[in-house]
Amino acid sequence: MNTVIFRTIAPYLSALMMVFSIFVLLRGHNEPGGGFIGGLIAVSAFAIYGIACGVAAVRRAMVVHPMSLAGIGLFIAVLSVLPSYLFAQAPMTSQWLIFDFLGSTMKLSTPLVFDIGVYLVVVGAITSIALSLEERDVD
Amino acid sequence: MVTQPVQGADWLLVLPLLLTMAGGAVAIMLRKKTAVQPWIAIGVISLVVVSNLALLSHVLQHGVVTIVMGNWLPPFGIAFTADPMGALFALAASIVALCAAIYATGSIEASERRYGFFPFLILLLTGVTGAFLTGDIFNLYVWFEVLLIASVGMIILGNDKAQIDGGVKYAVLNFVATTLFLIATGLLYGLVGTLNMADIAIKVSELEGQGPIYGIAALYFLAFAMKAAAFPVNFWLPASYHTPRIVVSAVFGGLLTKVGVYALLRVVLMLMPETREWMGSFIGFVAIITMLSGVFGALAQTDIRRMIGYLVISGIGSMLAGLAVGNQIAVAGAIFYAAHSILCMTALYFLAGLMFNIGGSFSMRELGGLYTKSPLTAGCALVLLLAVAGLPPFSGFWPKVMLVEGALADGRGLVAASILVTGVLTAIAIGRFWIFCFWRGGPEGTEDGTLVPQADGSVAANAVSLPANITLSLGALTAIIILVGVFPEGVMAIVSKGAASLVDPNAYVQSVFGVWP
Amino acid sequence: MEYVFAILVGLLMSASIYLMLSKKLVRVLMGIAILGNAVNLLIFTSGRLTRSVPPFIPEGSYLPLEQTANPLPQALVLTAIVISFSFLAYFLVLGYRAYQELGTDDVLEMRVAEPKGEEKPPLGY
Repeated sequence: MNTVIFRTIAPYLSALMMVFSIFVLLRGHNEPGGGFIGGLIAVSAFAIYGIACGVAAVRRAMVVHPMSLAGIGLFIAVLSVLPSYLFAQAPMTSQWLIFDFLGSTMKLSTPLVFDIGVYLVVVGAITSIALSLEERDVD
Repeated sequence: MVTQPVQGADWLLVLPLLLTMAGGAVAIMLRKKTAVQPWIAIGVISLVVVSNLALLSHVLQHGVVTIVMGNWLPPFGIAFTADPMGALFALAASIVALCAAIYATGSIEASERRYGFFPFLILLLTGVTGAFLTGDIFNLYVWFEVLLIASVGMIILGNDKAQIDGGVKYAVLNFVATTLFLIATGLLYGLVGTLNMADIAIKVSELEGQGPIYGIAALYFLAFAMKAAAFPVNFWLPASYHTPRIVVSAVFGGLLTKVGVYALLRVVLMLMPETREWMGSFIGFVAIITMLSGVFGALAQTDIRRMIGYLVISGIGSMLAGLAVGNQIAVAGAIFYAAHSILCMTALYFLAGLMFNIGGSFSMRELGGLYTKSPLTAGCALVLLLAVAGLPPFSGFWPKVMLVEGALADGRGLVAASILVTGVLTAIAIGRFWIFCFWRGGPEGTEDGTLVPQADGSVAANAVSLPANITLSLGALTAIIILVGVFPEGVMAIVSKGAASLVDPNAYVQSVFGVWP
Repeated sequence: MEYVFAILVGLLMSASIYLMLSKKLVRVLMGIAILGNAVNLLIFTSGRLTRSVPPFIPEGSYLPLEQTANPLPQALVLTAIVISFSFLAYFLVLGYRAYQELGTDDVLEMRVAEPKGEEKPPLGY
C-alpha cells in the first residue's frame, strides 16, 4: 500500500472525502444523508490518510484526540435537546431559526445540531478504534 | 396526556439521562486529568440522585408520568414513562453509582482512570437509568446495549488474565442474551406492529389468539433470565463477577442483574399477563431452582467474592418467585426485594474490598480475626449479612414477608417454602462466612483465640485504620439498609403502587394515551 | 416472499447456533457475526416486504402519494447493525487478547477465572 502514487494522492483524496462528508452531513435533514453516514465517510478519509502516511500524521491532522472528539460530539448532542425546554415543549422537539443571509434563506435547527453531535461521535469513536488497530499492526 | 403543553416537571424524566450523558462526555474529554475525574463523577451522579429523588416524589404525587420525544404523538414517538417501580429502581441505581464513585476515588489507579473508569461508570448509569425509565421496547434494547458496552469496558479494566477470561464469558453470553431480546422484539413488532409498551399492552390484550405471544414471551423470558442470571443460564455470573476490580464487581452485582429482573417484570408481567399466568408454574420452578442452587453455590465457596456472586443469584430466585406468583403483593415483594438487592449486593462487594484491605486476601481460609482488627467492619458486615439472609430488622426481611404472603395467598406453598428454606440456608452460609472471617482468632493454621497480646497487654494495637472513601460508601449503604429495615412503610407504599401499575397497566396506558382506547 | 426470508433466517440462525456451540472461540465469534445478520433479516422481514418506493413525502403534501416501504424496521435494523458491528469488533479484539494472554482459543481450557481443583472452603475451626 506504500506506493508513491497512493501516498501522493491520499492527502487530496482525504480532503475531498472530508468535504463530501460535511456535504452529506448538512443535506441530511430532508434528503438521504445525515450525521451517521457523514461521520463514516469522514472516518474512511482518516483511515485512508492513516494507511498512506501513518497513524502519527492522522493524529497530528486531527489536533484533538479522537476520544475527546467523541466526547465533544456527545456533549453537543445533549445540548441540542435543551432548547425545547425554553418553549415548554417535549425534549428533542425541533426548533428552527430561519433568517436571510447574503440573499439566501438559511434554515438552522436543533436536529442539525444533533446531527453534528452524532457526526463527531461517529468520527471520534470509530477513528480511535481504527487508529488503535492500525497502530497494533506496526508492532 | 401528551397533547397538552409539556410541564417543566416532566423533564425530570429525561434529566438523569441528559445529566449522565453530558457528564460522561465531559469525563471523556478530561480523561487525562486523572485528579479531576472522580469529582466530575461524584458531582454528576449526586445531581442525578437529586433528580431521581424529585422524579420519584413527582411520580408518587401525580401518578405515572410520560414524556414523548420530539412531540411525536404516541405510539410513534419514543416515549419515556416513569411509574413508581421504574423511578424507585432509578433512584436506587443512582445511589449505588454515587457510592461506587466515592469508593473508586481511593481504589482506582491513575492508569485505570486514563483508561476511562469514570466515563464508563457514568455511561453505565445512563444505560441503567434509561432502561428503567423508557416506555418503548426497542429503546429498552438500546439502553441494554449502552449498559452492556459500558460494562464490557469496565470488566477488563486492569487487563490481567483472569479478567480477560471472565470478560470473554461475560461479554459473549450477555451479547447473546440481548440478541435474543432483539429477536423477540422483532417478532413482536411483526405481530402487533408497534413498539410502544403501552400500545403493546393494548394490542396484546386485544389479540384473537394468544398462541404467538406464548412463543414471544418464552423468548423474552429466556433473554431476560440470561441477563438476570436465572438458573439454567446463569453460569456466566460466577465465572466473571469476581474477576474485575472490586468496585466494578459491586456495580455489576448491584445493577446489571436487576435490570434483567426489571425487564422481566415490565415485559412479561405487564405486557403479556395471560402468558405469564400460563408460564407461572414454569417460572416458579425456575425461581425455586435458582434460589436453592444459588445458596448451595454460596455454601461451597472459598473465595468471598464468588460467594457473594452466588448470593446475587439466590436473590434473583426470590425476585422470580414474585413474578411466578404474579399477584399484587408478591410483585410488590419482588420490586422491594430488587431495590433491596441493588443496595445490599453492592454493599457486600464493598465489604469484600474492605476485608481485602484489612486482611490481605479474598480467601475464607486466609482471612480471620478481622473482628479484632476492625470491630466496626464486623458490625457492618453482620448487618449486611443478616439483611441478605432476610432476617429482621433489616431491609431484606420485609420483601420476603411479602413474597411468602403472596405465594401463600395464591396457593403456591412450594414457592413459599423454598423462600423460607433459602432464607435458612443463606443464614448458614453467611453465619459461616462471618464466623470464619471475623470471629475466629486468626487465619487457618493459627490456633484459634491465641492472638498474641502486644507488649502493653492489649490486642487493640492490632486495629487498622479504615480508608475514608470505603467507610463513607459502605457506611452510607448500610445506613440506608438499616433505615429501610426499621421504617419500611415508605418503601412499602411505593412498591405497592408500583405493583398495582404493573398488575393493572391502566394507569400506565392512560398516562401515555390519555385514555384506554 | 416472507416465506423465503423466514427460511433464510432459520438457516442462518441454525448455522450460528451450531457455530456458537463449538469449543473454539473463533467459531463462537463467527456464530455471533452470523447471528447478528440473521436477526437483522428477521426484523426486516417482520416489517413486511413490499415492492414499494422509499418513504419520502414530496414537498407540498402531507402524506406519501403511494404505498411506501415501512421505514421503522429499516431504522431498527440500522441501529442493530451498528451495535452488532461494534460488538463484533470488540469481540475480535477480546478474542485475540484472550488468545495472547491465555495461550488457547479452546473455551474449555480457559480456566483462569475458575481454576480446576480449587481449594475447598474451611470445614471447621
